Amino acid sequence: MKVNKSWWKIASFLLLVYTIVGGFLMEVPHLPILNETIRNLYFHVAMWFGMMILFMASFAYSIKYLRGFNYRNDIYAKQFAALGSLFGILGYTTGAIWVSVTWLTDQSQSIGSVMKEPKLIGAAIALLIYGAYFVLRGSFTDIDKRARISAVYNIFAFVMLFPSIWIIPRLVGSLHPGAPGSDSGNPALNFKDVDLRLRMVFYPAVIGWTLLGVWIATLKIRLQLMNDKSLLPETPTKK
Amino acid sequence: MLNPVFSLLKKDVLLELRQQHTLYGILLYIASTVFVLSLSVQELEANVWNGLFWVIQLFVCVNAVAKSFLQESKGKMLYYYSIVSPIQFIIAKIIYNVCLMIGMSLVSLLLYAIFLNNPVSNALQFAGIVVLGGASISLVFTLMSAIAAKANQNAALIAILGFPVILPLLLLLMQLSKAAFNEIFREGALLQLTGLIIGLDLLIVGMAVVLFPYLWKE
Repeated sequence: MKVNKSWWKIASFLLLVYTIVGGFLMEVPHLPILNETIRNLYFHVAMWFGMMILFMASFAYSIKYLRGFNYRNDIYAKQFAALGSLFGILGYTTGAIWVSVTWLTDQSQSIGSVMKEPKLIGAAIALLIYGAYFVLRGSFTDIDKRARISAVYNIFAFVMLFPSIWIIPRLVGSLHPGAPGSDSGNPALNFKDVDLRLRMVFYPAVIGWTLLGVWIATLKIRLQLMNDKSLLPETPTKK
Repeated sequence: MLNPVFSLLKKDVLLELRQQHTLYGILLYIASTVFVLSLSVQELEANVWNGLFWVIQLFVCVNAVAKSFLQESKGKMLYYYSIVSPIQFIIAKIIYNVCLMIGMSLVSLLLYAIFLNNPVSNALQFAGIVVLGGASISLVFTLMSAIAAKANQNAALIAILGFPVILPLLLLLMQLSKAAFNEIFREGALLQLTGLIIGLDLLIVGMAVVLFPYLWKE
């Protein structure tokens, strides 16, 4: 049987239908403060997973660009970074909704202390870095130079982003799970931390949202590849 | 390998000594910033003192290190291109900028302690942290300056590119410098923080050496 090459798009659609239906209707653990808002796990945390995976793709294509100076890879790197930023903004938005009904109301945290959250700072750094990446891209008129210099910045910035997202939040106190004191490593991947009922929707949700992000990115990439057709070297089209 | 690095360093030092206006410019910048600060506030609480100190370091570094690539004209870069390898060039720049920034940091610490109140209880330890911090900040901005120099010599771009990247380092440094204000740390946390900062510094130097050859090609 011939495998349909758009199988992953169908998978993304089905997984997201499952995420939304299952996420709102299936049984969840009842925890104080969180209550039903725990369902936001399927949307909020999945956004950050999607963002990191898209930024990693952008990073990988930047390295690939510097290895062969193929303009195609620059387009890939740019669009994955753009989609990653969109996921980051959505992650912030879903987080803000979650904060407004848990930390602010039930734990009576001030906005100031929420803004000092190490994870929020890490995410803000990520968005600022990619904001700077697009500003840098905008300051060039020469296409090859733009591709090369922005690839260098993308690689450097991503490597610097890593400690700020993965190491620093583990060292200092935080309201998020995974801080010292809550004796867990990465809370999303730790089996002891997340209830089985949550995991049944959470993992499909992560895969579904990430695939959706990649899908949107590939559409934007194809559009730009068509627009810049004259700039690209002749390459045999992939079957 | 080492000889060209030494020659490049010597060239930078000679240039600095002959065009003294830039050096004095930075010194004046530090002095006037600290002076304005001392006029506007009476007594600073330790946390605020610490925060303001590192912010001043950040801006001093942007000013001191920015010109390291911006001053090199296209013709000069072409000349370097023909006589040295990119790795030698970036290593020379890094060494020069780190030394310059450590000097500037210590000067600003001195002025800061004279003009403002001094909540530091362990002066030697804080001076050590300042040296480490100045070196770390200048490492990042050396590479940012190299990138910004390619983008039509745009000096404002250095701040835009550098600030998000420097934030994690700066947070760690502010945390670490609390040690000098008698703040109690968890057993081993101080060593962990210092190790993390040094590790990040080595990472930045490694990235600079790997990535600079791509920036250098025209």
